[in-house]
Amino acid sequence: MDFDYSDDQKFLKDEARKFLGGRCPPAVVRGVLDDPARSYDAPLWAAVAEQGWLGAAIPEEHGGLGLGRVELCAIAEELGRAVAPIPFASTVYILAEAVMAHGTEAQKAAILPRVAAGELIGALAVSEGPGVLTPSALSARVEGGKLTGVKIPVTDGDVAHTAIVLASEGGKPGLFLVDLTGAGVTRETLESLDPTRSVARLTFDGAPAERLGAAGEGFDLVQAILDRAAVLLAFEQLGGADRCLEMAKEYALGRYAFGRVIAGYQAIKHKLADMYVKNEVARSNAYYGAWALNASTLKENGAPELPTAAAAARIAASEAFWFASKESVQVHGGMGFTWEVDCHLYYRRSRQLSLVAGSPRLWKERLVSELEKKNAA
Amino acid sequence: MDFNDSPTEAAYRETARAWLEEAVAAHRAEHGEPKANTPEHMAAAKAWQARKAAAGYACITWPAAVGGGGGTPIESVIFGQEEGKAGIAYGYFTIGLGMCVPTVMAFSETDTKKRFVSPAVKGEEIWCQLFSEPAGGSDVAALRTRAVKDGDEWVINGQKVWTTGAHYSDFGILLTRTDPDVPKHKGLTMFWIDMRDAAVECRPIHQMSGGREFNEVYFSDLRVKDSQRLGEVGQGWQVALVTLMNERLAVGGSAGPNYREVMELARALPGEDGPALSNDAFREKLADWFVASQGLKFTRFRTMTALSRGQTPGPESSIGKIISANQLQDLANTAVEMQGEYGILTGPEAAAGAAFQQSLMWAPGLRIAGGTDEILKNIIAERVLGLPGDVRVDKDVSFKDMPTGR
Repeated sequence: MDFDYSDDQKFLKDEARKFLGGRCPPAVVRGVLDDPARSYDAPLWAAVAEQGWLGAAIPEEHGGLGLGRVELCAIAEELGRAVAPIPFASTVYILAEAVMAHGTEAQKAAILPRVAAGELIGALAVSEGPGVLTPSALSARVEGGKLTGVKIPVTDGDVAHTAIVLASEGGKPGLFLVDLTGAGVTRETLESLDPTRSVARLTFDGAPAERLGAAGEGFDLVQAILDRAAVLLAFEQLGGADRCLEMAKEYALGRYAFGRVIAGYQAIKHKLADMYVKNEVARSNAYYGAWALNASTLKENGAPELPTAAAAARIAASEAFWFASKESVQVHGGMGFTWEVDCHLYYRRSRQLSLVAGSPRLWKERLVSELEKKNAA
Repeated sequence: MDFNDSPTEAAYRETARAWLEEAVAAHRAEHGEPKANTPEHMAAAKAWQARKAAAGYACITWPAAVGGGGGTPIESVIFGQEEGKAGIAYGYFTIGLGMCVPTVMAFSETDTKKRFVSPAVKGEEIWCQLFSEPAGGSDVAALRTRAVKDGDEWVINGQKVWTTGAHYSDFGILLTRTDPDVPKHKGLTMFWIDMRDAAVECRPIHQMSGGREFNEVYFSDLRVKDSQRLGEVGQGWQVALVTLMNERLAVGGSAGPNYREVMELARALPGEDGPALSNDAFREKLADWFVASQGLKFTRFRTMTALSRGQTPGPESSIGKIISANQLQDLANTAVEMQGEYGILTGPEAAAGAAFQQSLMWAPGLRIAGGTDEILKNIIAERVLGLPGDVRVDKDVSFKDMPTGR
């Protein structure tokens, strides 16, 4: 049994924490939060590229470090803990992973080295409005290799170079790679719950589009991409949830009320114990997700465990981060409700991370559907 | 990150599996599968324990010199898994070998150890733990059972409660109050006692679930020798902490129906629109139960990983009972409600053999036994997160001056 980070992975994680402690303190996060003109922290992005993290899981032949997915999970956990204001998830968990899983050799050669070098930011453009997007409602269209339609919201869409866009072609949904810096693309930055991660409306009017993956399988491909991303996002959520528990604990140990430290009151202690329990359930599910994700990249036909493992990891991590972030505000009392205290950075990010790859509600449905399939088989 | 045994672990598992295959067959041939709570069941349990002891599979982590297996914690976990898979499990020895006998080993003279350890390992004698009292549940140190020194003996009077297995135990470890004039933690002393003594009376407790698995134990002028004392006079609390720390690493799954069983039920039951399994609210709950169950399973794997690496497991295993007991209650209630009015039935007509109704009635006990939800949260808060203990108004008060309610 070896169900934990290895010593090397722990070392990588410790180094990542130290690095982000220096390069991504709350002041850096707030730099993006407080300045509507900034979509992400460019110096941090450059530094992260310098560390090799963008290409951590990209094979060496494509300019990456060629590490496993568990190493990437360790980095993700630390990025989540630091609420890093960079388009890491869109670029690495989604674009790079999608191209590695579904791209042609030419697409891999064109995109992966640029991702690893920090020259290319990615985005996933699926949503067209509030609620669940069904195949019949999909309105973005590709005709003769040109994309037309509106995608809203697209996380990191205002700064990305390349987007993966879900659109129908000949009446069938497919995925397309679109150069957002080229012709026929208009982008507009939008206000959101978490200004430390940007979102945009993308309007396509005859933008050149190149198919990614099989024709007609757009929705299945989106799900496959999200299965992988969900595991990595779960680690970001876990890192954030752990930090919320720490912050709440530190505050409770220093705050006095009614003549004693509030950390001694059972109402507070039990709240923090509840956080701990949820975080450990999330950690254990995330580890299994990491194992399944890594296994899926090593086998020809992926790992059959991934859909269930990813869903469980995402559900547990979404619940843990939501609970920890809201109850951390509560433990901080009135101070927790101020702009100046960092609680809201996590409260905001917990919402961003829960919504970005489909809400927990959807993942629960997916999980039960998978259990039904398994049970029927 | 993987789930594979190391080569040594795999070899150990293979050997254990091969032994179990043969041993279980031989055991079954001799004893069959008697009903629980019968003399035949007890006899079979003792025979199985003796068979394990002879092969070095009883008390695997204990030294061979005292009858143990001289093995490692991970070997103990592996054997436990394989024994579970082999479908052979008798619970009679868990408390004795997990908690009582280690305490005896830690706090008694060589002669006493010689007398008791080996027979316990071989299943010849069974032990119970006599700590909880009507006035000392979560607050065990508030117990009132008195031991008064009389020459070279102690005279014990009082009552214990919720003692698992008292009626079939041969011996017990008993926590008593020897000095009511000092604060509660300081006036306690531990003894081992003979449960067959005429001054010891066991009465079964009729539980809300209908069963009678636990006991009240009464002591009326029970006389024990001073040589039966475990640890110093007044050090009983420190001894008890050792007992509680020895609680065996729980690596088995939790009892009762889980998400699989409730999913099966929901597939078969008619709901408002198609099978109950198609109900969105139910599906959401089902997903939550699955995620929590997986969380516990993989948390156990993390604990095993630490053992496998020769490290001390982290505190993560402390989340187990809080989750499993509450989940069992919620899951059972959902399964019962899903049946509509029919869910009230518990007889032969009941769905799923009344398993969910039984769990519904058993779950409240699970949330209390072995540390209530509230105490477990205090333990996580204080020992894992390092938060301060509660204000102790009784810390410096003599036990006899402590206010008592019901």
